[in-house]
Formats: sequence, structure tokens, C-alpha cells
Amino acid sequence: MALGNWGKEAAAPLGFAELYSGASSLGIQFSPKLKSLNGKRVSMVGFMAPPLKPTLAFFVLTKVPMAICPFCSTDADWPNDIVVVRLSKPVTALPYDQPIQVTGRLEVGSQIDRETGFVSLVRIIADTLERAK
Amino acid sequence: MVLTLMLTMLLSGGAAFAAQLPNFPYHSIDVLPIDRAKFLAGQKIDFEVELKDLGTIKSVEVLINYNPAEKFFGKAPVVKLAAGVSSYRIDQVSFAKPGPVNVIVNVLTEQGAASREVNYTVVADKAQKLAKNVILFVGDGMSLQARQMARILSKGLTEGKYHDLLEMEKMSNLALVTTSGMDSLVTDSANSASAYATGSKSAVNAMGIYPNSTGDPLDDPKVENIIELAKRSRGMATGIVSTANITDATPAAMVAHTRRRSEQNFIAASMLDPEHRPDVILGGGSQHFLPKSVPGSKRSDDRNLVEEFKSQGYTFAGNKTELNQIQNSAKVLGLFQLDNMNVYIDREVTKNPAVLGSFTDQPTLMDMTKQAINVLSKNQNGFFLMVEGACIDKQLHTVDWERATYDTIEMDKAIGIAKEFAKKNNDTLIIVVADHAHSASITGTYHELDGKTGRQAVRTYAEAGFPTFEDKNKDGFPDNPAPAVTLAIQYANHPEYYEDYKFNPEPIAPAIKSGSKTIANPKKDANGDLNSSKLPDTETQEVHTADDVPLTADGPGAEYFRGIMDNTEVFFGMVRALGLDAVK
Ligand SMILES: [Zn+2]
Repeated sequence: MALGNWGKEAAAPLGFAELYSGASSLGIQFSPKLKSLNGKRVSMVGFMAPPLKPTLAFFVLTKVPMAICPFCSTDADWPNDIVVVRLSKPVTALPYDQPIQVTGRLEVGSQIDRETGFVSLVRIIADTLERAK
Repeated sequence: MVLTLMLTMLLSGGAAFAAQLPNFPYHSIDVLPIDRAKFLAGQKIDFEVELKDLGTIKSVEVLINYNPAEKFFGKAPVVKLAAGVSSYRIDQVSFAKPGPVNVIVNVLTEQGAASREVNYTVVADKAQKLAKNVILFVGDGMSLQARQMARILSKGLTEGKYHDLLEMEKMSNLALVTTSGMDSLVTDSANSASAYATGSKSAVNAMGIYPNSTGDPLDDPKVENIIELAKRSRGMATGIVSTANITDATPAAMVAHTRRRSEQNFIAASMLDPEHRPDVILGGGSQHFLPKSVPGSKRSDDRNLVEEFKSQGYTFAGNKTELNQIQNSAKVLGLFQLDNMNVYIDREVTKNPAVLGSFTDQPTLMDMTKQAINVLSKNQNGFFLMVEGACIDKQLHTVDWERATYDTIEMDKAIGIAKEFAKKNNDTLIIVVADHAHSASITGTYHELDGKTGRQAVRTYAEAGFPTFEDKNKDGFPDNPAPAVTLAIQYANHPEYYEDYKFNPEPIAPAIKSGSKTIANPKKDANGDLNSSKLPDTETQEVHTADDVPLTADGPGAEYFRGIMDNTEVFFGMVRALGLDAVK
């Protein structure tokens, strides 16, 4: 076990394709795996979308790198399978075009960010952020 | 109020004005609607004059056809004086008589006088033979070249002669439409759809309004749109159909009034307002109709618009099966994807589960057009229907001409269904138009049969010969979007991206963000040529062009469409064909 993770529970790997078990135009169904990991420590690999502002302590993790930033473009829409990553400090600049690995506690359920009004369904309260291998 | 006193004084006595203000080089008097605007007699508008940086205003006088505006309109203005921008506004008024309208604004300030004059045209033309119904097809971004790509793939040609023309090409009338908005040479889809829906030009991102200078995207002066006119003046049935989010720019502009097209939650809710509630609403984008508690919703409130529509008597369809089952409903809400619907190639040709996910039962644009006409044609007063092939544009933005072209063919087949319906009674005007162009152009063909690849394998002039698309099952769509000899399509504007001239099995963005810059997406055509961009490195997509776009039309009233026309004339052609009398 790495020294830095001493005392932390092991992180369960979670893929973007595993978030939802089904969808219709009346909504998305969370997968049993996602629901069972709620509150637990997980690890996901994805891409950091350009943040709304550099002072925010959250960013959006996406399956593929974002072509357009939906925060700045009126034309763009977030994909449905996004994960909001909350950090203890404002977002440090990571490359948007390289995969990153996010590890932290999983939170499932609709939540609105007070400052920005951003609605999220799946969140990771991150303790570790690194370039994916 | 001092101002009221001043106004009264001015209105009764008139006043002599000094020359233009000398000390305010940046001041302006903006009149909304703008100079040279054109209206249908009786069409409702909000009238607003904004006075910008004129110093301390002592009085404002607005004359319409040389009468005080409040007398002319029979309504008192709401006047708001402020340090930067002052506003003089009279909402929900109209011009009853056809002919010219002159507007003069005289402002007296402590520093001197300023004035502005604008002119409008009011029309009430009716076609000799009237149409009962109008179906407006908007191929989003469907340039002349996009039409031609569809003709090549769908109909093919031998020894230079096409085997057939598209349905949208076999129509009696042809015009070229200019697309610029009031603020910019190059338009977006909201602005141009707004011109079609209202007869007034607007600004990029805006629909159904003239943009004033406030930050509020919902307070701009409105112009009555075709759906509101059809409902108010004749009790017609109305419908909107799109393969995009149904709250996306083009369908939204038929209904809503906002400065900002991204207000899609507002637009969805606005579709419930009785004055412009369409009887048929079919498309993608249920994410803006579901309460925020439902996973997949993009709403920020608890409103369930699907349930609200149901309680207004709408039948809801969530997939193709449910849409096709509908028989005796006069009102239908069909939402077939949380977001934009998938494109034809992914929905009907490759049916790739990785692309479609759970959405394996989406209707085609033909299915939606057919059901929309079925439902709407029950109204004895006729109907207005707008059908949008939305993803022609979205796929050209991502330099994916094959996906764009299959969607153009899909819309063409939907036009064929509309023409079949129109043939029965010959009382339906069908218009097919794009809202703006894209830069895709046909250079020749592309093949690797001799081992050449990349740009070395682009075949020009005599080398080009003809592509080898085949349609053995005669459904109008090539059986294989990647034949041995395909088209060589080049884009005049694009972000930095890799191009291998070959069909991509999945839709993929050509460029991605890297820091503040845009770079070629290494996941797309990584073995292809790196095409450096001629656009600023902030642009992530191929962008709209200012090229004029073709319009074709058939049926009663189609004679209006010929030569070169301003995009606002599409509206006037429609109301003329229907002979709408908005003075009521
Ligand atoms: Zn576009």
C-alpha cells in the first residue's frame, strides 16, 4: 500500500460506461454498481473540462475530451454522463487533453451548486488527482 | 413627474430643436424595431426607443406618421430615465394599415437636441390562390453544396447526368436567400429562424425579439411570430418537429421570445403558453422537460413539463413505437432522446450500441413528419408545421459530411411525404430552405485504389471520375457510407484537425480544448493529414458561412419565391400564401 494512502479505504475503479444501467426520454437509471458505491471511495479516469472560472473548487470530468466548453459557449451542452469533481482547493491547472485519474468519495443524487447553479447527479469528493497512466 | 410634464408640453406645443448634440460623440438613439423593418398589418410588436449616453434628458418626443406615438398606438408609453440608457417603450401594438410608416424621435437634453428617423413598411398582401396549410422545412446549415452532396449520394449520376433530382429540388420555385442578421454578416440558427418566424431580423443568439441593451434576456421588445399569428388570427393548428433538442434554436424560434437561445429551460416552459403552444411537438431534448429530481434532467426547478403537457390534453410519446401508435389525438408531445436525437447513420445504418445506448427506438424524421401531418391536418382551419433537419448543421460543424448528408437525405424523404400529402388537395405551400450555409465544398473524389493516401489521394478534374455509392435496396440512402471511391469534401474554415477523408464509424469532435487553445483531436483520423486552421485558436468547430442559401417552394403562394430575397421574406411569403388577417 502506498504511504500516501495510508488509512484510506481502497478505491473501487468505476468506468463511465458503468454509471447508468439504462435510459429513456423520461430519465436515466443509475446502475446497481453506482448505487452500491455511493458513499464509498472510487477511482475514475476521464478528462477535465475547462472550468467555469479558475476560482471554483469543482470541475467536470468527462468521458472524452470536450470540444467546446459548455460554460462559455451558448451552443454547447454537457453530455449526460458527466461527473462533478469537488476539491478542497480551487482547481489546479491540469491539461484538458490528457486523461486524469480522480480518486475520492462517491456521491450519487441530484445536487445544485450554490454559487453557480450547476446541477450534478454524480460527484466525487476528491482526495487524489493525478495524470492517468 | 417632471418628465410627464415635459412630454405633455412637447406633444401639445411641438418644439424647435437645435442641431445634433456636439459633445456626445458616442450617443445614440436606437429605435426598435430597426430602420427598414417590415411587418404584416396587425402583427403585434413591442416598440422601444433607447437613448444612450445623451446626458441629462429633458424631454422625449416620438412621432409616428407625424402623430404622437401614444396617440397613434392609443397606448401610453412607459418611460424610464437613467444615467446611461433611457427607455421609451409601448408594448403590444401594431400597424393596422398597409403602407409606409415614419418614426421620428426628438430628444431634448440639457446639452442640446438630438433626433433620429426610421422607416417601416407594412404589408397585407394575399396570394391569388390561397394556401390552407404551410409546411416549412428548414435544413439547418443546408448549403447549396449540402443539397448537392445529398443528390450525388441519393440519386447518383452517369456520364455527368443525374439519374434523378431530390424531392426538394423537384419544386416549382427557386430563390436565393441572404442570411445576415441585424448585428452581423454571419448568422446563427436562432437569428435566422427568427427571421423566418417573424419577418424581422434579430441578432446572433436571439429569437422573436429586437435586442435592447439590458442584460435581461427576457425583456427585449417582442415581434409576433408565425405560430402566434396562425393561432390568434385563424385558429390554425401548429406544430414543430426537429431532430435536435426541440428547444434548440430553429424550433424554438417558431415559438419563443428571448435574447439568449441557451435559455432552453425557459423555452421549454414557454411552449406551454397558450398564445404559442404548438399542437404537435416532436424531437429530442426531454432533459429540459423533466424535473430536476429525475436523473438526466437539465432543469433547475421541479416542474415536470411532460406531465403539464399531458394535463393540457397532449398524448406523450417517448419512442417510435409510441409515436406510431397514436391515432386520435389532436395534441402530441413526442420526445425521443434526452439530448439531440442521434443522426440517421447511427440510428438506422450502423446502429452502434456504443453510440445509441438505450435509445434504440427513435423515430426517423419521416415518421415524425408523417404523424405531425396526420394530427395537424384534422384542424379545419389549416395548419402551420415547421420541420427541421437539425443535424445537417451539427455534423458539418464537426466536419462529418457523411453524417450530414444522410440527414439531408432523411429530410428530403420527409419532404417527399409532405408532397404526397400536398398532392391530395393542392392547398399546401411547402417551402424548403436552409438557415445559413457551411463551408463544405466538393473538390472531387477520394480513393486509395492505387495505394495513395491522404491529400495525395484526392482526385481532381478528370482524375475524379465519379464516386461509387450504391443504393441496392432503393431506399434513397447509399447502402454503405464508405464506398471504394467516395467524395473529396474540403472545408474552407475549420479548427486544426486531422483528415483522412474516410468515414468515421462513430461521431467524433475534430478538435479539443487544450488550455485556452484548440488543438486537433488526436483520437480523430490520427493517421491523416494535419490541417492547420485558418480560424482563431478559440474556435473548436467548423463555423457558419455568410453564403446565400437556396430556397425551393411548391404549392399555392410559391410564386412569391424567386430571385434573390432577404431571409425575412420567407415569413412574408408564408403569411401572404395563407392570407392571414392579423388586424383583429
Ligand atoms: Zn450551426
